[in-house]
Amino acid sequence: MSKEQILSSDGLPLEVSLKKAERKNKLKAVLLVAPLFLFILIIYVFPIGDMLFRSIDDRMITNMLPKTFKAMEKWDGSELPDEPVYQGLYEDLTFLKENKTYGKIIARLNYEKSGFSSLIKKTVRKINKFEEGNYKEQFIKVHKRWGQSDYLVALKNAAPKWTYAKYLKGMDRKFDQDRNIIQVDEDRRIHKILWLRTLNVAFWVTVFCFILAYPISHLLATLPMKYSNLLMICVLLPFWTSLLVRTSSWMVLLQQQGPINDLIVWIGLAADDNRPELMYNVIGTFVAMTQILLPFMVLPLYSVMKTISPSLMRAGKSLGGTPLVSFVKIYFPLTIPGIGAGCLLVFILAIGYYITPALVGGASGSLISNTIAYHMKSSLDWAFASALGTMLLVGVLTIYWIYNKLVGIDNIKLG
Amino acid sequence: MANDHFVRFENVDKSYDGKQLVVKGLDLDIAEGEFVTMLGPSGSGKTTCLMMLAGFETPTNGQIYLDNKVISDIPPHKRGIGMVFQNYALFPHMTVYENLAFPLRVRKIPKDEADKKVDKALSMVSLQGFEARMPMQLSGGQQQRVAVARSLVFDPQLVLMDEPLGALDKNLRESMQYEIKHIHESIGVTVVYVTHDQTEALTMSNRIAVFNDGKVQQLSSPDELYERPVNSFVAEFIGENNTFAGEVSDVSGDKCKVKLNSGTEILANPIVIKAKGEKTTVSLRPERALIDPETKMDNNHKGKIEEVIYHGDHTRLRLDLLGNKQFILKVPNSSNRIDIQEGKEINIGWNSVDCRALDPK
Repeated sequence: MSKEQILSSDGLPLEVSLKKAERKNKLKAVLLVAPLFLFILIIYVFPIGDMLFRSIDDRMITNMLPKTFKAMEKWDGSELPDEPVYQGLYEDLTFLKENKTYGKIIARLNYEKSGFSSLIKKTVRKINKFEEGNYKEQFIKVHKRWGQSDYLVALKNAAPKWTYAKYLKGMDRKFDQDRNIIQVDEDRRIHKILWLRTLNVAFWVTVFCFILAYPISHLLATLPMKYSNLLMICVLLPFWTSLLVRTSSWMVLLQQQGPINDLIVWIGLAADDNRPELMYNVIGTFVAMTQILLPFMVLPLYSVMKTISPSLMRAGKSLGGTPLVSFVKIYFPLTIPGIGAGCLLVFILAIGYYITPALVGGASGSLISNTIAYHMKSSLDWAFASALGTMLLVGVLTIYWIYNKLVGIDNIKLG
Repeated sequence: MANDHFVRFENVDKSYDGKQLVVKGLDLDIAEGEFVTMLGPSGSGKTTCLMMLAGFETPTNGQIYLDNKVISDIPPHKRGIGMVFQNYALFPHMTVYENLAFPLRVRKIPKDEADKKVDKALSMVSLQGFEARMPMQLSGGQQQRVAVARSLVFDPQLVLMDEPLGALDKNLRESMQYEIKHIHESIGVTVVYVTHDQTEALTMSNRIAVFNDGKVQQLSSPDELYERPVNSFVAEFIGENNTFAGEVSDVSGDKCKVKLNSGTEILANPIVIKAKGEKTTVSLRPERALIDPETKMDNNHKGKIEEVIYHGDHTRLRLDLLGNKQFILKVPNSSNRIDIQEGKEINIGWNSVDCRALDPK
């Protein structure tokens, strides 16, 4: 039995005519998807790509001192370099001075080793008086640091076009002179604390949201329509309110002379002159973030619980299971897809949360996202901000991966 | 030995909203080992009764006894009543084995004993070898069997079934009816079965309680219910029924004369009739009326064939008879069938015994 080719009624092979028949539909589908595809490309793929790129891009310094770095290629860094390096440096700096762009390299080199700022400034000021030949001697005469090999090694370390130094910085590590990775000084290890605090806050906010959302969702799913609609509006109303407004309301509520503190004093849990600080610390972050992220836990849980037939619990009870046993063995396992979805959603949102910790978190309640914002807006170290952002992204993807391994992403149910 | 009052409803009322009674003063006795069906249209209160018995609803008034004990204060999980739900209510995250083992595990029955019970219950519904399947991997009929097996696996004395066959197709439903009936016969458990399907009720039950409007209209065996309905609701609800409305013109012994609205007088069997002048609805089963009867019958009238509907094993005729244009007649499709044509006039005869004068509608 040889496999016969099946022909359609007009004599074409069936596969060909099928493709022909579906071509129009395919074209329509592609045209419909195209705007969304472009949208995602422009506002999502491109910015993230750019962020990844910025975090490792170190070409600026390389492009500004091309001749120096070219000459340095042959230098092993053990002793002071020879004349060609200094000649290259002279030519590069002269060029930069003429274009008045040398300011850019100062910040970059100062990050590599402090002391470069005054070194470069002084050298550039006097570079016009240099005579041709024997540049090494003249450089050292201008500033004695040009005669110290560690400054020149630091300069050489800035030569590669690509670097992962910003990632090391995000992990409180840096290169030493010999390109070994070491921890930064103890009093400068701030990022580790921030990462841990971010994870901690995200974890506990997820736990609190879960504890609060589970009964609410259950109520939502089981109440008669009349009441459940009202409750649903109560859940969604804050959701429709501006994030800023909600956070500001928490600031009103939590401040030292605010109603919550008044209540605590009135009950007698604290003295009037010793009111607890509920804001500008990690407590404020916890409270406000839990409230704000609660709907993200309620909605997936609700949508899963809505599908669980009430007769299952009844069956459990009629078969002899106490209400508790029936809940643990029957109801709870069936809600796991919703719990997974809700927890993943809240955790991932919490780990990158910005406005709320910025407003109510104070110094001890600020998270990694606030540091990213600081480097974007204030220190203007965009490369470092990008590196932190990338690390956050990798972290979230890791959590997603672990979740997929443990629970399976197919088990997620958002609605 | 058998307890005639194994399950007992005593003057039970139930209201959900405090304005309307869903169940009104219900009295019902069910004997041990009996198969009793609660039959009625939707909203008649039958499922509410079942839920009260299972413990998921509490009676507003009155008491329910199980084996002579008041059960109103016993929570559902301590009543030890097996239950089969309308949509099976199998636990979707457990295998068939785990579903069946659940009631045994919560009763702390040792594993080897539990395994034996599970095996026995599965063999009862001929589903051995399905232990490791998930409910989603089973067909509707198989899920139904698992649900039945699960309700029986812990040897309850009473099993409640709430329209368990409602979701199955016709053929499967019929075979499951026999299967459940045979299981009931072989293990002798008491079954209270709720359905709105009268055929199901007639085939399966020892006794049927016909519910309407929160009350039991009649509680009797299937044949009694069909042959001798006590009121027009039951007559109408069970099986097919031809009715004539009229007024009683004479009562004498086991016969009465009814003057129909069309003016003709017919002879009928006075079931609820006490005196002359009462309004009544006369009920006659289609198969009790004969065409061109050979023997002499109490009532003989001419009717015109309005419609002929072929039904395979029989043909249904819609006649215009004594002012009733919806008079249905069943003619078996045997080889010597008479000539039936629309518009033809035929003689119809029936006896007064089969023609029951009931309460007016």
